[in-house]
Amino acid sequence: MPKWFAPVALACGAMFAASPFLIANAPYESTMGLVQKIFYYHMPSAWMFLLAAIVCGIASGRFLGSGDPRHDRTAQAAAELTVLFGLLTLVTGPLWARRAWGTWWVWDPRVTSSLVGWMISCAYLILRKYGGPGSERLAAGVAIFGMANVPFIYISVNYWRTIHPSTSVVPTLPVSMGVPLWFCVTAFLMLFILLMAMRVRLEESRGQLDALHLALEE
Amino acid sequence: MSTQSFWATVRQIVRKDLTVEVRSREVAYTTLFFAVSCLLVFAFALVREGRAPEGAGEGILWATLTFAGTLALGRTFERERQAETLRALLLAPVPRTAIYVGKLVGIVGLLVAVQVVLVPLVTLFFGAPLLRHPLWLAGILVTGTLGFAAVGTLFAAMLVRARSRDVLLPVLLYPVIVPVLIAGVRGTSALVEPTFDVAIARFWLTLLLAFDTVFVTLALWTFEPLMTD
Repeated sequence: MPKWFAPVALACGAMFAASPFLIANAPYESTMGLVQKIFYYHMPSAWMFLLAAIVCGIASGRFLGSGDPRHDRTAQAAAELTVLFGLLTLVTGPLWARRAWGTWWVWDPRVTSSLVGWMISCAYLILRKYGGPGSERLAAGVAIFGMANVPFIYISVNYWRTIHPSTSVVPTLPVSMGVPLWFCVTAFLMLFILLMAMRVRLEESRGQLDALHLALEE
Repeated sequence: MSTQSFWATVRQIVRKDLTVEVRSREVAYTTLFFAVSCLLVFAFALVREGRAPEGAGEGILWATLTFAGTLALGRTFERERQAETLRALLLAPVPRTAIYVGKLVGIVGLLVAVQVVLVPLVTLFFGAPLLRHPLWLAGILVTGTLGFAAVGTLFAAMLVRARSRDVLLPVLLYPVIVPVLIAGVRGTSALVEPTFDVAIARFWLTLLLAFDTVFVTLALWTFEPLMTD
């Protein structure tokens, strides 16, 4: 593991341990009350979900162009994180929506595009797992199509009604709410980087092991 | 052969597929019969006291087209795989993208032929006045089919080499074609409304055209690297 890994992991662990206290001390939102506090984990998960999907799409494009297995390892790690953070987003969202909108699920553009994006990254992993040899190239193709699809999903679902709070909420937050939010975003970003580094390293080691096996057989 | 133009290759591939299909009629018959079976399933699932729910016809039409299209895509490439002819096609000294376009044209043609039978049947079974604006309907159906087939042809072609391809094709294809389905269903329901709003129909048609352009371009760009071993 690189030198920075252990200190960052420690800091990240400490931040996640401290985050419930910060969130508990943040003021109550006037209309939603306690349930609004899900937002401190929901939004950072959603941002990491988006970041992972973008990393996966770009790495897949570069892999398909160059054939360099390093990009493929990055794409695979990012796809797994897309599924993980996507699941967190899709679970915490309805918990909040039940209270705020009075229903568990709405087919709002942002919710629907998140679900479809999450399904595309699941399909990517299913193809890699069950597609047999050579499926990593095919999966890269799926990732590129998935990424190009996002604006279309968004526009097409947008013609249904929109009740999701817009992104313009974030800069207008009072400091007492903004500090815990940005604290959580930092913690989630560190977790994302740590998991990425671990997953890519695992694939590298696996590749080396396979190469050694092949060398031994020859 | 190597000097043969792009469109001549496309024409030859379409002619080859058409000749094979005219002799066996396998894909056309199975796809059409499957589509009609889907309509029956929807009829038994949705029709209550002889009446379909309001607006069900458009949804049923597009859902049936998606299922039948998946079947057609799978069968078309399965035939090439069994006879080992896809490899022969890829070895031919012609642009690979011409092979893709040839296959795409063939599949769009087949699906449009299926729609010619399906649309009157949906009108008959579910009482949806689909044929109120036939030109608009044709525009939305053709652009929607092109978008579906643009992604479907590429995925079906690349999955020829993969294990469990029959299951993987819908798993990969359906999330990606969500916008086509939404635009297709919404565009078609704009046509059956008692007061026809041109602006709404035009919006969905434009979205479908934009989708077609982006996805055909992407498929042309990725077909070569995806089909190389």
